[in-house]
Amino acid sequence: MVKSSRIAGVLALAAFLVAPQVLAAGGEVHLEPANLEQDNAASLRRGARNFMNYCSGCHSAKYVRFNTIGKALGLSEEQLVDNLMFNAEKTFETIQAAMPAEDAAVWYGKAPPDLSLMARARGADYVYNFLKGFYLSQGSPSGVDNTVLPGTSMPHVLWELQGYQEAMFETHENEDGSVTKTFVDFEPLSAGSMDAEDYDDFVRDTVNFMAYIAEPIRSDRRKLGVWVLMFLIFFFILAAQLKKAIWKDVK
Amino acid sequence: MARIEAEVGKPQGGLIKWIDDRFPLTSTLKYHVTEYYAAKSFNWWFVFGVLAMVVLVIQLLTGIFLTMNYKPAAAEAFASVEYIMRDVEWGWLIRYMHSTGASFFFIVVYLHMFRAMLYGSYKKPRELIWLIGMMIFFVLMAEGFAGYLLPWGQMSYWGAQVIISLFGAIPVVGDALVEIIRGDYAISDITLNRFFALHVIVLPLALIGLIFVHIVALHEVGSNNPDGIDIKKHKDENGKPLDGVAFHPYHTSKDLVGIIVFLMIFSAVVFFAPDMGGMFLEHANFEPANMTATPAHIAPVWYYTPYYAILRAVPDKLWGFILFAMAVVLPVFLPWLDRCRVRSIRYRGWMYKTALTVFVITFVTLGWLGLQAATPTYVMLARVFSVLYFAFFLLMPFYTAMDKTKPEPDRVVYHG
Repeated sequence: MVKSSRIAGVLALAAFLVAPQVLAAGGEVHLEPANLEQDNAASLRRGARNFMNYCSGCHSAKYVRFNTIGKALGLSEEQLVDNLMFNAEKTFETIQAAMPAEDAAVWYGKAPPDLSLMARARGADYVYNFLKGFYLSQGSPSGVDNTVLPGTSMPHVLWELQGYQEAMFETHENEDGSVTKTFVDFEPLSAGSMDAEDYDDFVRDTVNFMAYIAEPIRSDRRKLGVWVLMFLIFFFILAAQLKKAIWKDVK
Repeated sequence: MARIEAEVGKPQGGLIKWIDDRFPLTSTLKYHVTEYYAAKSFNWWFVFGVLAMVVLVIQLLTGIFLTMNYKPAAAEAFASVEYIMRDVEWGWLIRYMHSTGASFFFIVVYLHMFRAMLYGSYKKPRELIWLIGMMIFFVLMAEGFAGYLLPWGQMSYWGAQVIISLFGAIPVVGDALVEIIRGDYAISDITLNRFFALHVIVLPLALIGLIFVHIVALHEVGSNNPDGIDIKKHKDENGKPLDGVAFHPYHTSKDLVGIIVFLMIFSAVVFFAPDMGGMFLEHANFEPANMTATPAHIAPVWYYTPYYAILRAVPDKLWGFILFAMAVVLPVFLPWLDRCRVRSIRYRGWMYKTALTVFVITFVTLGWLGLQAATPTYVMLARVFSVLYFAFFLLMPFYTAMDKTKPEPDRVVYHG
C-alpha cells in the first residue's frame, strides 16, 4: 500500500538529481580538461603574472580589484604595486586594459571582451583549449584562426611562447552535399620559447587565475559551507531528539 | 501606589487579556496553531507546504537586501549584480541564496503538488485549496520569469525575448500585448524597470495574499492525510479528532526536522554548487545582455522547460502557444477530472497508479527535452510525451471511474 507512493517519490527525487549530470554531458567541440588546481596559491600567482603581462594589455577585468587579488593570493601591497599594477595607482582600482576599447574595435574589428567572468561564462576548459587552439590560417586577417572559436579576431598573442602550429582537419561530405570539417590534431611548425608541457602549465596557471577572478569568493564559500553543514547536522540531532520527546505519547 | 500594585499584581495574562479584548489573538492562535488538528500519520510528503513557506521567507528576506544594492537599469544592472557578488559584504551569500531559492521554490512546489496527486488532496472538500494553490503556482511562474530578467545577462535577455514574443502568436491583440509587456519595441531599459516593479512589489504581494487564503481555506476543511480519509469522523469527548495531533507542538517539531534536512540540501547547493552545473545559474548569463548577439542555444530555466518542450513540439506558433497554455492550466481542473471515489493512492487501482507513474516520467522527460537543442529526434520525442501529458488529464475521467479501488480503512494507518 505504502509502496507505490514510495516508488513514485524516489522516482521524482532521482529525476531532479540526475538531470544536471545528463545536461552537463552535452557540448559540440571536444575540450581537453584544464585540470586546474584551484586552491594552489603559487599557480594562481603565476596566473596573475601571466594575465597582467599578456592579457591585460588589451582585455580589462573591470569587476576585479587588485586588493581583492592581493588578499586571496597572499601578496602585500608592495608586491601588488611592483608586479601587477602597471596602469593603476591605488590597490582598490580594478583591472583596466591598457588599450582604449574604441581603438581596439577599429584595429581588430571587435573590442576585446572583458575577462572578469569569461571562465565562468564559457568554462575553464573552453578558455584553456582556446589559448592552446591557435593555428596558422592564410585567410584570416591576423594570420591565425582558432579551433575552439573559429573566426576569432584575436591574434595569437602567445606565439613567442608556444610557437606556431598547423591544424589538421578531416573533411566529411554529408548526404546533402555540404562539408563538415572535424578537427583532428595539431602539427607544430615552429618552436616557441617553451616546450609543449611548459606551455600547457603556463596556460593552466593563467586559466586558473581567470577562474579565480570569475568568482573570487569560491574557496571561501566552500570553507564556510563545511561549517554550515556541520552546524546543521548538530541542529538536526537536537531537533530529532526534540521531536521524539514531544511525540512519545502519540500512539 | 496601592492601586498600581493592584494592577501589576493581577494574575498573569493581563496583557494578553488586554489584547484579547481588542483583537482575537488567543483564539486565532488556538484555531490555527495549538488546536489545529492534523493526522498523526503524516509522512514526509506532507512537509513540502511548510518548506514552501520557508523558501518564501528566504526569498523575501534575501530579496530585500538585494534590492538595497541592485540597480534596475539596463546600463547598470549587470554591473550591480557583480558589485553585490564582489564588493557588498556577504552579498555573494545573499545572491546565491536568492538564486538557489528560486529553483528550490519550484522543486518544493512541484513536490507539494505531486503530494496532492498522490493522496487526492484536491478532491472534495479541498477543491478551492487546490484552485488557490494553482493561482499561487501561476504567480510564482510570473515571479520567476520577471526575476530572471533582472541580472540582465545574455540568457535573461534572450529568454525573455523568446517567451514574451510567444504572446505575439495570439490573433488580433498579440502584437499590442507584446508591446504592453515590453513597454517598448524591443526588450529595453523600460522592460527591465517594469519587470523590477512586478518582481519586487506586485507579484510578491499577490503571492503573500494568495498563500494567506490558501492556508485559511485549508484550516477551514482540515488537512488531508496519507490515507485520504476524514479524521473528524472519530472525535473524543472534547471534540478533538482521535487520529489528529495539534499543529503545535507536534507537527511543528516534526516539520523542524524536515526544515533542517531541507536547509542541508539547500546549503549544499549554495556553498558547493551555486550554478548547479548551469541549471540554477546558466553559464550564458555571466555575459551581459547583448541585443546584437544571440546565444547559440536559448533555453529557459529548468522549471519552465516541461512546458517549453510542449511549445516547441508544435510546428504552428499559435497552436504551440495554445497547447503550452493548456499544459500549464489543465491541472486546475484535476478536482473534476478525477472521478475516483477514494482519495489516496493507497486504495486506488492499478490504472491510476500506472497513469501517475507515466505522468511523472513524462513530466521529467519533457523537462529534460526542453533543455536540449531542438533536433528532429528530440522534437519527435517531445511530441510523443506531449500526447502522454495531455492524455493523463483528458483521459482521467475515464480511467479513474473504471479503476478498481480497495476499501478505505475507518481509521488512519499509523505505526507509531
